[in-house]
Amino acid sequence: MKHAFTRAALVMCCAGWLATGPVLADEAKPLKLTTTADHTKFKELQKEFKSGPEVTKACLACHTEAAGQIHRTKHWKWEYLNPQTGQTLGKKTVVNNFCISIASNYASCTSCHVGYGWKDASFDFKSEDNVDCLVCHDTTGNYKKPPGFAGNPVVKDIEFPPGSGKIIKGIDLSKIAQKIGKTSRDTCGACHFNGGGGDGVKHGDMDTSLAAPTRDVDVHMDAEGLDFTCGTCHSSSSHDVAGSRYTPTAQDKQGARIRGKADKGNPATCVACHGNEPHKKEARLNQHATKIACQTCHIPTYARGGIPTKMVWDWSTAGQRDAEGKHIVRKDAKGHITYESRKGDFTLAENVKPEYVWFNGLVTYTLITDKIEKSEQRTKINTLGGSATDGKSMIWPMKVFRGTQPYDPVNKTLVTPHTAGNDDTGYWKNLDWDKAITVGMKDSGHPFSGKIDFIKTEMSWPITHMVAPKEKALACAECHSKDGRLAGIQGIYIPVRDNNKLLDTAGWAIVFLTLLGVFGHATLRIVTARRH
Amino acid sequence: MSERIYVFKRFERFWHWSQAGLIMFLMLTAFDIHGTYAIFGFEKAVAYHTIAAWSLIGLWVFAIFWHFTTGEWKQYIPTTEKVVAMANYYLFGIFRNAPHPFKLTQLRKHNPLQRLAYLGIMLFVGPLIWVTGVLYLFYDKWAVWGFGNLSLEWVANGHILGAFMMLAFLIAHVYLTTAGHTPLAHIKAMITGWEEVD
Repeated sequence: MKHAFTRAALVMCCAGWLATGPVLADEAKPLKLTTTADHTKFKELQKEFKSGPEVTKACLACHTEAAGQIHRTKHWKWEYLNPQTGQTLGKKTVVNNFCISIASNYASCTSCHVGYGWKDASFDFKSEDNVDCLVCHDTTGNYKKPPGFAGNPVVKDIEFPPGSGKIIKGIDLSKIAQKIGKTSRDTCGACHFNGGGGDGVKHGDMDTSLAAPTRDVDVHMDAEGLDFTCGTCHSSSSHDVAGSRYTPTAQDKQGARIRGKADKGNPATCVACHGNEPHKKEARLNQHATKIACQTCHIPTYARGGIPTKMVWDWSTAGQRDAEGKHIVRKDAKGHITYESRKGDFTLAENVKPEYVWFNGLVTYTLITDKIEKSEQRTKINTLGGSATDGKSMIWPMKVFRGTQPYDPVNKTLVTPHTAGNDDTGYWKNLDWDKAITVGMKDSGHPFSGKIDFIKTEMSWPITHMVAPKEKALACAECHSKDGRLAGIQGIYIPVRDNNKLLDTAGWAIVFLTLLGVFGHATLRIVTARRH
Repeated sequence: MSERIYVFKRFERFWHWSQAGLIMFLMLTAFDIHGTYAIFGFEKAVAYHTIAAWSLIGLWVFAIFWHFTTGEWKQYIPTTEKVVAMANYYLFGIFRNAPHPFKLTQLRKHNPLQRLAYLGIMLFVGPLIWVTGVLYLFYDKWAVWGFGNLSLEWVANGHILGAFMMLAFLIAHVYLTTAGHTPLAHIKAMITGWEEVD
């Protein structure tokens, strides 16, 4: 109401002022009133751009510090020093059990880098012009960075891969640059919805259903409701986006953030807005919230938007060819790929119930430099810290992604195969592990014995998106039951789950004996009454 | 010939029957929460159980007040007099149509075994259930109240033990109502207030 009044007053003032000038007052503005700059009017952008860096130069002419800010972020460096563990992490370093590693696969992987031209280890991380502004700030939806171009957009139609007959259409960078705006679910999602090489593959709680989700899929992002963007929670300062899977905030004791209050915490937690006592009607639930992460009850299942997520990836079955020696692709009834010669077997799932663990935010990675003994137990790509008693842990929902991936049985390490690439050694083209791993390990700079084995691994992904409306939160009996969701959680007493068998037996015995006594006594009374 | 004595006053009868209803409802919801069956389901059973528990606490506040202002609390002072006789009666006499060893009056309306049983319930089972129940309800306040080291498991098991004992009492109690001079005499008395005595 107040808003509307202010706006009306503004319009009236402006109308009065404009009446003296030649501009028509009733001409609709093409942009929302939330910005003070119309980039279509900027001379610097009214030209043909032949490459991404050319656009960036134009951006930096005004936004002089933007590139420097980007240079300090994980989005740019793909490198992160975890202060808790001392491990150097980031996409540049970690090995996972999806596409495994970016080493030797840069030109493909860096289509999701906020830069231009990272095609090999020689990329210049100090270059300001190589920062990609458009990938996050595009509002047209036309900006694309196809895999294979090292993060560059395609400005002229090109056949790719060469000789394939497939044409990638060039895009008009000028139009895109003139329509620049704030980040959106679409811009963040262009990479984060498609992690692991496809829609919903990696996270499970992030896929393209979040581009314009219903209330049921995500109560905050609900396109017809609250309509949050990613940045509403992952608020950024100096281009540094809050939130991390390397150092997640498992327990937020600070309560709701209030303006003016000194605060170095993570603004992307649930607590950052909702506080630590969010349940108004049921105080009992606030006591649950001292041990249970909000996500555990409020995200009953992930991959809820109709897009399946990968649960299992078995690289060891990759490499099969059909009778003609060609690559094989097998799909399930819904058309989702379940086998590819390039990648092996997949298991996909929708509406998946998470697995639950005590989690304190400490994540330790198995890096390529770590020695691993192959055993029956799966090797943990990332090991989560946490226990019932450390005072820092909460019960968290996880997507546990299980895989079988190549391994060096002599050096006892994970390996970084060269997969993507239109060359003789890329596994996805030639299905030859020997060449692929030799080249990949050379690129990542680690020894390879030449022997190849496969090892079973698992990787945990904290589930935090796709928050359901409160009426769809977990019901009590999901955990307060014999084989409930928290069946595997140690160190706490959960009523019903932990009913004491001895006490139950003794209790029912007392009740039964009382009944027996009562019936015996009654029978005797009836029998003896007849006699008298 | 029998005479009639007015033993249960209006409030007492109201107290007894509303308490009986609440306790039976608490039993019903208790074992639902416990997972023995699912009539309401855990969530609703907890909500109903909590409401019924507070109602019973409220009722008890009135009942305690009534007992002390009327002096009726003295009805529960234990006595050893005729305890053996009563036990003998329930164990043997009742089958031989022997006379009831206890003469009921307005000042002694509970027989010695009743006194002991009710006192036991009030001094042991009751407090066990109430203390553990209230602790259970205010689990989140333990640290603030200085009970940080209390074990939820022990509190819960104490509450469950109390429930089993209460159920056993309920069974025996209901059965013994039939042990009057006619099977329905005690129940009638609890409804009308008038007990017929020989």
